[in-house]
Amino acid sequence: MTTLPAPSAKKLGLVIDLDTCVGCQACATSCKEWNAQGDGGPLTDTDAQGADISGPWFNRIHGYEVREDGRDDSRMVNFPRSCLHCETPACVTVCPTGASYKRAEDGIVLVNPDTCIGCKLCSWACPYGAREYDYTQGVMKKCTLCVDRIYNDNLVEEDRVPACVRACPTGARHFGDLGDERSAVSQLVKERGGFDLLPAMGYKPTNKYLPPRARRETYAAGVAPLPKGDGSVMEKLFSWADKLLSAAPKVEARANPQDNSDKLEG
Amino acid sequence: MNPAYSVILFTTASGAGYGLLALSGLAAAGHGPASSIGFALACVGVALALITTGLLSSTAHLGRPERFLRAFSQWRSSWLSREGVVAVATYPVALAFLAVWSGLVEAPALIAPLGIATAALCAVTVYCTSMIYRQLTTIPAWANRFTVPGYLLFALATGAGLLSFISVVFGRFQAGAGNFQAFLTLILIFAVIVLKWLYWRWLRRRKPEHSMAAATGLGPGVRQWEVPHTARNFIMKEMGYSVARAHARRLQQIAMLLLDVAFIATFISPKFPWAVAVSAPALLLAAWTERWLFFAQAEHVVQLFYGQEKV
Ligand code: SF4
Ligand code: SF4
Ligand code: SF4
Repeated sequence: MTTLPAPSAKKLGLVIDLDTCVGCQACATSCKEWNAQGDGGPLTDTDAQGADISGPWFNRIHGYEVREDGRDDSRMVNFPRSCLHCETPACVTVCPTGASYKRAEDGIVLVNPDTCIGCKLCSWACPYGAREYDYTQGVMKKCTLCVDRIYNDNLVEEDRVPACVRACPTGARHFGDLGDERSAVSQLVKERGGFDLLPAMGYKPTNKYLPPRARRETYAAGVAPLPKGDGSVMEKLFSWADKLLSAAPKVEARANPQDNSDKLEG
Repeated sequence: MNPAYSVILFTTASGAGYGLLALSGLAAAGHGPASSIGFALACVGVALALITTGLLSSTAHLGRPERFLRAFSQWRSSWLSREGVVAVATYPVALAFLAVWSGLVEAPALIAPLGIATAALCAVTVYCTSMIYRQLTTIPAWANRFTVPGYLLFALATGAGLLSFISVVFGRFQAGAGNFQAFLTLILIFAVIVLKWLYWRWLRRRKPEHSMAAATGLGPGVRQWEVPHTARNFIMKEMGYSVARAHARRLQQIAMLLLDVAFIATFISPKFPWAVAVSAPALLLAAWTERWLFFAQAEHVVQLFYGQEKV
């Protein structure tokens, strides 16, 4: 059924800390590894070793530069993006087959790979780019909140969390019940001012993001300015020698003979 | 958005088919039995052929077309499902209408009710198609008041062009200023021109509602510094397509030119009936160009995560 269930008391989701995330991709690769063998069938990449690799991933780590108002230095923020298990997600209601659904008991949003016809409309309806089509199977794929781990009695207790949460080396990903005010994740959101992505879209994401902490000005003040040239004879001599020596042909070191730089976008 | 040819063919071909079928139904409701079996067969036959071509081509867009029956199940929530249900429901009614209109089944009292029922089902189907796009708040170029009238008017205008053409072929096209068919087609083409002109002006002038700052929550000083993957993924292929502004302008001019040609050809058609051989294809080509632009110009909010500042 693609009509939405009444809001559940239990709202399982993730809280992602943009302050501690180091952008190491451990969550993304761990997610891919777990889900490539999980309940939803394989998560195949095409041309996996080649130049035109393509395939669904449930978690993508963006990098943003943020320049705060009135400062001339900036900071880097690593930004993992996966399904936010929204409370009123149009990705579910637009689905013509009922393959997309939101679970009434815990709010997890899933796709049934056995009934999906691969019309892709749900991916158009998701503002967060969380749904990636699997060209090899002709069906839509997305983050399952590791539903096959969190309730899995065959796993030891500490593994009954999403693979991405388990893998994160800096503890930047937290899993829990955001419907319960007393839960650790809800407390964290309260303390750190957790926020929604694109709140104006009205999808009411369950997942929350914790903003980067305010900067400690002692560091910023301690940075010495770059030295400026004084135009002396010695400086001119060095600059001449530098030009002379660097006229030699450049050798570019490249670990990967495959140059993909023209495919980078952004 | 990626302008997938299967979807463009589907919406333009089935739109023209539903337009032709609806106008045939209304004409029959007004005038009673068809002048000949051939005329009725040609009108309904061409319409159903176009609709069927469109529906078949839309299944080419599916990853698992063999499971298409499942798409009829979620009509309670999904416009795509509703469209499928109404599209299928139109067939038996249209065939019953054809039977009585052509005189194959002698029941003149049923011509008007069946003609109107057919026209209504056509209208609802095209309305459902347009709502599939209209409902997507993730794509501001679609989620606005121009989308639904755009689909309905293009369906009627292309249908009217085809009906005129078939009428000329069967010698049912009235000569002289009293030609209601040409008059109606003129009004429809004019309405399409005005609507598209207003839409494109609105699209150029609209203030973006969504920003990278709101998408990332990182404030107005944010910009993309590192991409999450080196090869293009599904999201970038499907939602990342946007046609260059200069090309868009040129294609808009081409669509407008085709509509103008269709308008002039229709205008002279009461005197030179074979001008409809120009207006009908010009209308179909204009619809195709417009539909391609409808997709190619539409930007999706997910692009905000991939470096676009505003959508
Ligand atoms: S993030 Fe996208 S896919 Fe996930 S629930 Fe929300 S709208 Fe649906
Ligand atoms: S792609 Fe599959 S899950 Fe998505 S809307 Fe279509 S049928 Fe539903
Ligand atoms: S919860 Fe599971 S499926 Fe979702 S991003 Fe994390 S590892 Fe991937």
